[in-house]
Amino acid sequence: MTRTREPESKSKTSSPSSSSTGMKLIVPLQGVVQGRGGILLGSLIPCALFYFFQLYLKKRRRSNDKHPSSNPPSPSSSFPELPRTPSRSNLSSRGSLTGVRLSRLATTISDDDSAYYVGLNRASRDPYHKLTNPDGIIQLGLSDNTLSLDLIGDWMRKWGSGGDDGLSINGIATYQAFDGVDELKLALSDFMHQVMGGSVHFDTSNMVLTAGATPAIEILSFCLADHGNAFLVPTPYYPGFDRDVKWRPGVDLIPVHCRSADNFNLSMTALEQAYSQARKRGVKVRGILVSNPSNPVGNMLTQDMLYNLIDFAEDKNIHLIVDEVFAGSTYGSEKFVSVAEILESDSEYIDNRRIHIIYGLSKDLALAGFRVGVIYSFNKNVLATARKLCRFSSISAPTQRLVTSMLSDKKFIQDYFETNRNRMRQVHHEFVDALSKIGIKCAKSSGGMFCWADMSGLIKPYSEKGELELWEKFMSIAKINITPGSACHCIEPGWFRICFTTMSLDEIPLVIERIRRVVEVCKFSS
Amino acid sequence: MRVIVPLQGVVQGKGGLFWGSVIPCALFYFFQLYFKNRRHHHRSPPPPPPPPPPPPHHSPDPEPPGSGKLHPHHVQVLPRSLSRILLSPRSPAGPAYVSGRATSVARISADSPYYVGLRKAAEDPYHEVHNPHGVIQLGLAHNTLSQDLVHDWIHQNGTTAILGRGIAPYQPLDGFMELKLAVAGFMPQVMEKSIFFSPSQMVLTAGATSAIDILSFCLADHGNSFLVPTPHSPSFDGDIKWRSDIEIVAVPCRSTDNFNLSITALDRAFNQAKKRGQKVRGIIITNPSNPVGKLLDRETLLDIVDFAREKNIHIVSNETFAGSACGSKEFVSMVEILEAEELDRDRVHIIYSLSNELSVPDFKVGVLYSYNENVLVAARRMAKFSALSAPTQQLLISILSDTRFVQKFIEINRLRLRRMYNTFVAELKQLGIECTSSSGGFYCWANMSKLLRSYGEKGELELWDRLLNVAKINVTPGSSCHCIEPGWFRFCFTTLSEKDVSVVMERIRRISAATKSES
Repeated sequence: MTRTREPESKSKTSSPSSSSTGMKLIVPLQGVVQGRGGILLGSLIPCALFYFFQLYLKKRRRSNDKHPSSNPPSPSSSFPELPRTPSRSNLSSRGSLTGVRLSRLATTISDDDSAYYVGLNRASRDPYHKLTNPDGIIQLGLSDNTLSLDLIGDWMRKWGSGGDDGLSINGIATYQAFDGVDELKLALSDFMHQVMGGSVHFDTSNMVLTAGATPAIEILSFCLADHGNAFLVPTPYYPGFDRDVKWRPGVDLIPVHCRSADNFNLSMTALEQAYSQARKRGVKVRGILVSNPSNPVGNMLTQDMLYNLIDFAEDKNIHLIVDEVFAGSTYGSEKFVSVAEILESDSEYIDNRRIHIIYGLSKDLALAGFRVGVIYSFNKNVLATARKLCRFSSISAPTQRLVTSMLSDKKFIQDYFETNRNRMRQVHHEFVDALSKIGIKCAKSSGGMFCWADMSGLIKPYSEKGELELWEKFMSIAKINITPGSACHCIEPGWFRICFTTMSLDEIPLVIERIRRVVEVCKFSS
Repeated sequence: MRVIVPLQGVVQGKGGLFWGSVIPCALFYFFQLYFKNRRHHHRSPPPPPPPPPPPPHHSPDPEPPGSGKLHPHHVQVLPRSLSRILLSPRSPAGPAYVSGRATSVARISADSPYYVGLRKAAEDPYHEVHNPHGVIQLGLAHNTLSQDLVHDWIHQNGTTAILGRGIAPYQPLDGFMELKLAVAGFMPQVMEKSIFFSPSQMVLTAGATSAIDILSFCLADHGNSFLVPTPHSPSFDGDIKWRSDIEIVAVPCRSTDNFNLSITALDRAFNQAKKRGQKVRGIIITNPSNPVGKLLDRETLLDIVDFAREKNIHIVSNETFAGSACGSKEFVSMVEILEAEELDRDRVHIIYSLSNELSVPDFKVGVLYSYNENVLVAARRMAKFSALSAPTQQLLISILSDTRFVQKFIEINRLRLRRMYNTFVAELKQLGIECTSSSGGFYCWANMSKLLRSYGEKGELELWDRLLNVAKINVTPGSSCHCIEPGWFRFCFTTLSEKDVSVVMERIRRISAATKSES
């Protein structure tokens, strides 16, 4: 296109000037514009040269792009991925010389190795066990809750031996909805009602059930934004968001930095700033993604802040996605406020179609392996699409039945929550206390399963590099896996996320002892 | 000095060569810049109306997706303007934007007769006693013929089977190793062959649908395409196009060839796609085929492997109905072919459905079996978006490790399938409806072109509509399977009981009688 258009327009712009000013038009061309056709050829030829040069560069860059991305991931070097040209495949028609090409996404995915996932893998390869592997790595990087696993186990055993035919498969095979059976939705709406403070009613027709909260986020991203659009996310955020939102939906995350000076609370000015900067760069912002209670830090959004966020979303005409998977895992004095509560109390003024809630049972009921997630939305279009997309991540029938029975056991749920909350409070208190004794302070938190610990005093260059070095020390010297702040996109280096719900009370001294080792090494070397 | 001939009149004087090229270049560059800017301005001022009806396939930007991310302004324009918001801050004119892909998914599934029929049958399901006038579901390729066996097993073994070794907090998201091992033992039994399956090449997903989805994401970029012989499964459109945004290039098979795949057709489709500028990344074969139920013989499979090698594309072999192959012909798995062909395995990926084989469709367990280490790495990581739940895995491990039960199950299931197929096809024949001969699958592929009021897609859909709304049976019209000949329908008979068959036939008879009396 440009090639054909360019010479024409070029000659148009230059020829009138040549006729009007005789010969001496521009000084630097003096030596050039001589002879007939000189001006035309003099411009045409370099232009063409320049164009081909550009074309050449572009080609080169493209093939260069592919090379580095394909080479590192392959541990087996059997995968020299070349961009195929037709001629080559013709040359070697039996051509297995070049491996067959994978999608760009597949290569990105195999390359994607943040410290968060590296740590998880290393810890799972050499897991600590009191008796069998006392020198193994203690896993404190997962958001798992094993504090009350015994209660769940007891319930399952009782249920299993009770002869309850809960798993029975009904004879008629109807077209099973992908988005979850109604019984489970009903049980979940009751459960969520209880978890989110007992004042909100959850409508089952607004629910879509997915195989875990992870696909719930992914499906929402597919529904709310197109490839190349973006969501605003307050940092530090859950490291998994990068994969859930960016990989397959192709939606970008724009960080809205929160700082330790505000105890990592979100500020509206920062949000506004991030939004307008994104707009200036030409990025289409489609929503805000917040977790409440926040994932690494553990603080909660106040009612005022929620109102502000809703206002902001309305103002900019964007969506608000609130990830409330930790709603029931609170231990502090602050009360958790669900965004659903605000919608219910103020339904007349708020356009609820832009608000979507993500929930799941993996955190609050410690059923990580069960893969039960919920999209709760008021937007009919989003719900309709999400139901369609659920075909890719539906919950299998036995699990649905099992979870339905469990959630319907009201007494069990009540007991579980009470016990779990007490245990969490106790472990959190003990652990934070012990950390402060060795000089490590944590941000104030009241929910979630983490301590957000400030170790900036221990890092040598005060930067991400120092932080990762310290993380490496935790892995190799202390043998504990924790999540560095950089994996959560925290703007200040030196913060670490430590999950305290995978250790029991009597394991705290051991963990503290291991951390102390690193603290001493750092102090000694400085 | 005389460098290049066309510059002869130009390269004179000192610095002439240099300036003669630099200045026009700079001019040209600024000119381009100016154009680019202008184009931007042109795009942004007229804001589209608030409820944006994005074109169906807008998300594949004109550019490759990777660079699309870098130049987001090429993506869709904002549906709102600042001024309007300032005018009425509390009530922005339109609802918040829903993505273009979401809108297209919602629309496609609302219109397609396949989904319309499924929905209708789900809303008003037939039941012998409770709802005798309901819609009978013949549109779902699910097998529930032997569900009772699994049910009984669970009943006998108690629900404790689900607990297994108890609940462990951190589990791999691509399936338990024990289950993979069990599957590796189970699949050869189902196929009645001694093939070796390596558990390390497996990724377990929540249903075969997710396995296809994951593979599409791994093998092709936005806007690339796969060759798919038609008629193909009506759900492929959803599996491949919706999310991964990959085009399907149809390779038409005809009734004159008995709907067998020919390499010539494959080659033609490939070349045509290439001429259109499409990038073909792979071929998806279904064996036994869905909706026809044909098996691919060894020769054809070898030809396909050669074809893929020649074009350097992937092969996705969808063997989700492997266990239903029960005709006189032999079912040949791609795994067997590759056992013989050492070379070049890394372009082959196979999909199985454990829930199909075990007659428990709502368990939704799919298996992705690939020979490509890089695909496996990516697929394992993507498995987090469609992971199997732990209780289901435990239950399956317990069921599959009961070898006596498994053996008995496979035998009985095969017998029941065979019997149901024979009964159903024979009964249809009595009504004057012929089916193509098939040797696998949960369905038969029936030629109802005699019942069409007009020979064409319109007539086919009209017949489908009568079958659904008058006769109250939901079948899948050939057009939903992208069959190029009108008048073919897919009947899934594996969700029926034997009593239901006569009801179905009675209902079809009514329609056929009505059509005949008209003509």
